[in-house]
Amino acid sequence: MSATELDTILGTRWRRPRLIRHPGLRWFLTVGFVVYLVAAFMTIEVNWARVYEGLDRGAKFVLAFATPDFTSRATDIWEGMIESIIMTVAASVIGISISIPIGLGAARNIAPLPVYLVCRGIVAISRALQEIIVAILLVAIFGFGPLAGFLTLSFATIGFLSKLLAEEIESMDPTPAEAIKASGASWTQWINFGVQPQVIPRLIGLSMYRIDINFRESAILGLVGAGGIGATLNTAFDRYEYDTAAAILIIIIVIVMALEYISGIVRARVQ
Amino acid sequence: MLTLKKLVKTYRTGDQALKAVDLDVPEGQVLALIGPSGAGKSTLIRCINRLVEPTSGEVWLSGTELTGIGSGALRRTRREMGMIFQEYALVERLTVMENVLSGRLGYVGFWRSFTRRFPQSDVDEAFRLLDRVGLLAMADKRADELSGGQRQRVGICRALIQNPKLLLVDEPTASLDPKTSRQIMRLICELCSERGLAAIINIHDVALAQMFVQRVVGLRHGAIEFDGPPDALTPDVLTAIYGEEDWEATIEKVEDPEEAIEAVG
Repeated sequence: MSATELDTILGTRWRRPRLIRHPGLRWFLTVGFVVYLVAAFMTIEVNWARVYEGLDRGAKFVLAFATPDFTSRATDIWEGMIESIIMTVAASVIGISISIPIGLGAARNIAPLPVYLVCRGIVAISRALQEIIVAILLVAIFGFGPLAGFLTLSFATIGFLSKLLAEEIESMDPTPAEAIKASGASWTQWINFGVQPQVIPRLIGLSMYRIDINFRESAILGLVGAGGIGATLNTAFDRYEYDTAAAILIIIIVIVMALEYISGIVRARVQ
Repeated sequence: MLTLKKLVKTYRTGDQALKAVDLDVPEGQVLALIGPSGAGKSTLIRCINRLVEPTSGEVWLSGTELTGIGSGALRRTRREMGMIFQEYALVERLTVMENVLSGRLGYVGFWRSFTRRFPQSDVDEAFRLLDRVGLLAMADKRADELSGGQRQRVGICRALIQNPKLLLVDEPTASLDPKTSRQIMRLICELCSERGLAAIINIHDVALAQMFVQRVVGLRHGAIEFDGPPDALTPDVLTAIYGEEDWEATIEKVEDPEEAIEAVG
C-alpha cells in the first residue's frame, strides 16, 4: 500500500463489514421482522376466563408433587416400571447393534456410493417418522402392549444413532486410517484399527444418551397404548389421581438423573 | 527396483499434480524428493502405494506392475512398502505396541488382529524395533502420551515391522524441532542402510536433505526439474525448483564443518 493511500485511511473509523451490505434491504428485513412479530402476537387467542379456571387444576397438579402417592397403586407402578425398563434395554441393545453397521454404511468416506445411499435412505426414513406415529402404526399391527413400544424405540434408535455415528466417522482424522490402509490391512482390519479407536468414545456417549432418551420415550409411548410406565401414567391422569401421577413422574425423573450421572462417569472413563 | 513410467495424476478439479514423471530407484538407495508446496511430492509417493490412484502411467516394484492389480494383490504389495507420515498418523487411542503391530495387519488374519493375538515372532520383532529406537519402556503407553519425536519413532517402527523393501516417507520432520528433525532423519537413514532399504523421502528442508541422502530429486509443478547428487544443488538449481530467492545461506549450512561432522556421525 502506498504512503498516500495509507494517509487517507489513517484516522478514519473502522467498523466490521455488515452482514447485509445494502442498507435498504437491511432496514426492510428489520422492520419486516418486527411487523411479523407484532402480527403473530395479535393472532394468539387466550380465553382468560378459561385460564382462570384452569389455574386451579394446575395448582392441584403441582401441589400433588408435595404429596406423591407411591403406595396405593404400587403394583401398577412397579409393573409399568419393569415393563418400561425391559423395553428400554431391549430396544437399546437391538437398536444400537443394528445402528453400527448402518452407521458405517452411511459414512461417505468409508462406504461405496450404493451402500451409502441405501444406508442414508434407512436413516432418513427412520428420522422422518415421528416416534408417536410409528407407535400408533405398530400398535395397530401388533396390538396393545410393550412389543409395539419395543419395536418403535428400536426403529427410532437406528435413525438417531446411525446418523450421528456416520457423521462422527466422516469427521474423523483421515491420516491414521490412511496409515493403517498403507500397511496392507483388509477392510475389516482397517475399520478395527483405523476407524473404531477414533469413534468409540463418541459411540459410547451417544449410546448412553440414547438409552436415556429411550427410557423417557417409553413413558410417552404408553399414552398411545404401546405399554410401559406411560400406560400407568395415562390411567392415573384419566382418574384424576394426580398424586399417583406425581409419584410416577418423580420416579422417571430420578431414573433419568441417575442415567445422566452414570453416563457422565462412563464418558469420562472412555476418553 | 522401483520404476515409475510416465506417471500422471490429474485430480477431479482438473489440477495436474504429476505430469508424466519417470523415476528409477535402485535397491538400497535413499532419495530425497524436494520441491515447493503443491509440487506433487505427496501425490507422487501416494501414487506408488495407490493411496491416491494414478490417472495413467506405470509403477513397477521388483517386477510387478502396480496400477492394474486387484485389491488382494494390492494389499500384498502394500506390505512391501512401509510408509512414514508427516503428522505421524498414529492411532492415538491405541497403545504404542498396537500401533507398531498394526504394521503386520497385511500378514495376519482378521480374528488374530481383532483379538490382538499377533504371532510371537511379530511381537518379538515389535519389541526389538522399539528397543532399537529407544522406546521399549513406552510399549504399553497410549500413543497420545508421547512427544512428537517419540511418535515419529513409533511411526518408523510401524513401517519397518512390515519388513518392507521400500520406505515411502512423507515430510517426516515437518512437525519437529530442528534437533529432533536431524535425529529422525539420521535414524531413518541408518535403518535404511542397516536393512538395505530403498527410500523416497519428501522433505521441505533442503539443507537437511543434503546432509543425509545420496540423491536428490527436485519436483516443480508435477515435473522433475533436477535429479542428481546433493552437492550439485547450486543456487541456480534451487531457483529452477523453487523460484527466485537468495539461496547462498541455505547451501552454506552444509559446508559448515561442525554440521558436516554431525552428518557423518
